[in-house]
Amino acid sequence: MKKLMKGNEAIAEAAVRAGCRAFFGYPITPQNEIPEYMSWRQNEVGGTFVQAESEVAAINMVYGAASAGVRAMTSSSSPGISLKQEGISYICGAELPCVIVNMVRSGPGLGGIQPAQSDYFQAVKGGGHGDYHMLVYGPSGVQESVDIMYQAFDKAEKYRCPVMILGDGMLGQMMEAVELPEMKDISKLPKQEWAVTGKGRGKTRKIINSLYIQPDELEEVTHRLFDRYAEMAKNETASEEYMTQDAEIILTAYGTVGRIAKSAVNMLREKGIKAGLIRPITLYPFPSKAYNDLAKKDAVKQFICVELSMGQMIEDVKLAVNGLKEVKFYGRTGGNVVSPEDIVNAVIKEVK
Amino acid sequence: MAATKIKKELCKGCGLCVTACPKKILRISEESNDNGYFVVENFNPEECIGCANCAVMCPDCVIEVER
Amino acid sequence: MATVFKKTQMLTDTPFHYCPGCTHGIAHRLVAEAIEEMGFQNNVIGIAPVGCAVFAYNYFNCDMIEAAHGRASAVATGVKRVNPQNIVFAYQGDGDLASIGMAEIVHAAARGEKITVIFINNAIYGMTGGQMAPTTLEGQKSTTCVYGRDSLLNGNPIKVCELLATLDGPAYIERVALSDASSVRKAKKAVKKAFEYQRQGKGFTLVEMLSSCPTNWKMTPDKALEYVKNDMQKIFPLGVFKEVE
Repeated sequence: MKKLMKGNEAIAEAAVRAGCRAFFGYPITPQNEIPEYMSWRQNEVGGTFVQAESEVAAINMVYGAASAGVRAMTSSSSPGISLKQEGISYICGAELPCVIVNMVRSGPGLGGIQPAQSDYFQAVKGGGHGDYHMLVYGPSGVQESVDIMYQAFDKAEKYRCPVMILGDGMLGQMMEAVELPEMKDISKLPKQEWAVTGKGRGKTRKIINSLYIQPDELEEVTHRLFDRYAEMAKNETASEEYMTQDAEIILTAYGTVGRIAKSAVNMLREKGIKAGLIRPITLYPFPSKAYNDLAKKDAVKQFICVELSMGQMIEDVKLAVNGLKEVKFYGRTGGNVVSPEDIVNAVIKEVK
Repeated sequence: MAATKIKKELCKGCGLCVTACPKKILRISEESNDNGYFVVENFNPEECIGCANCAVMCPDCVIEVER
Repeated sequence: MATVFKKTQMLTDTPFHYCPGCTHGIAHRLVAEAIEEMGFQNNVIGIAPVGCAVFAYNYFNCDMIEAAHGRASAVATGVKRVNPQNIVFAYQGDGDLASIGMAEIVHAAARGEKITVIFINNAIYGMTGGQMAPTTLEGQKSTTCVYGRDSLLNGNPIKVCELLATLDGPAYIERVALSDASSVRKAKKAVKKAFEYQRQGKGFTLVEMLSSCPTNWKMTPDKALEYVKNDMQKIFPLGVFKEVE
């Protein structure tokens, strides 16, 4: 039964239904509804909610709760996510699962509060120190966000790393009718053998740690992480293609811009321009093969990457296309949001 | 009667036990352990009253005390 | 003859890496003895800081979590909230707690998190080689105030117990010293009392332990303890600063 919900709240509810029983947040627009929602919802399900004194504290509380094997989560927006980078690096180094939601707002600096996608590099290339990655999703609507959120903890526990949902102000604030998933029975969730319980002694001690003073040991741990990322790439990489079968111009965009670009494809088709769209759903691992396959098609002339930034994902697109075809950029930043018409005009300028 | 048992290999020769002993029967010896520290020794065991001040002040759990 | 003093089971067999005469070793032992004597062996989780005690997870014979520098009390908040039946202690140095981690400790205290913080105040950054700490005394030399701390340039020592005692969240705050056998025995009582307050869920508990750093103070171990007794205790008076019924 569909329910009209705001993106932020739908994600919060989906998290609870996915088994999230510990949420640590801090106020920052445009994601405030997530901590607000969790502040009463966690109590209803016997979970934990703390409004931390800062995003730095919040991510470290997630670190603590996740160490005990509880499904723990935090959410924030760009500046707050910057503050969490050290904590995220520690969580990856300590091989802890958790979920982090970033409702991206315009930057840099205090920036603005309108939607943006200028945190792409930070999310997929690693904003913290050291060799690590997160499983990063770029949902394009409220339903997709709910569906991704619902399996995010399972994936986080499978790969023992954070899952980041890279949204934006639009996704968080817009309301859509959503189908909410079942409430998972947390007593049936898999027990995390590595987690601290307070019972460990001697051989059975559990240690959650990312300090490895011996280089060989740290190298071995890092390789273990990267083996998981390789597994992740094999099993989790996801993208959506729209009207690419005979397309000559391939638009590519993720998140809410992916939806706007779909409208642009329809409008271009009406004007007789054979446009198509490839929309990455996982931003890390990046769906490089899908792009490369498209680039090899004779019909495909060029790619146009559309982002709400000065162009960040375009670098991964170029890497994936590997010089086979041209990759152009069109985008707005500062919190401006492209309209379908903007994209259509940009494409027409390219095609002429 | 009381006695101190000293795990020499753990001693770092810091001397805190020497200062803490009310009967002044501990000293840093000429003998060194594998780590190169000159270890503590109880040179007058009969005087030991088993107060365990030495063990209380030892940062490395070197000394066991019996009485 | 009966054993009067024996190493506690709550410490592992790993020898401490601490410098000769460093009181971290004493502090570790007191916490471990308190856990053993109070029967918490089967439900205790410790949080290790970043600093000289960064390897504490090798020493405490229980489940341990390594926190980022300054964040131990936030990590402790997270693990205690989801596991309230566990005794949780955060072991922190003065740089970790009173400098980078000040916001975390103040808010953990203000929230009344039911954790026990063991705060080792040796007025210096030890692991990194002797820099000035928030609790370095006026006139005390360090590698970042080579002529001695000058309040006009480097500010004044922070009195953490007094500061946290102004909040309503804490249930028990005491400052002790590890300067001699009787002080160490008193310190152990304080640790046990703090753990008892935690067990009863009365609120946030903290024991500040005035400690020495012979290596970076450039003193012999016993001279360093005299410095604790004669100089540090003047600025950081011992005693109970918060004790709710």
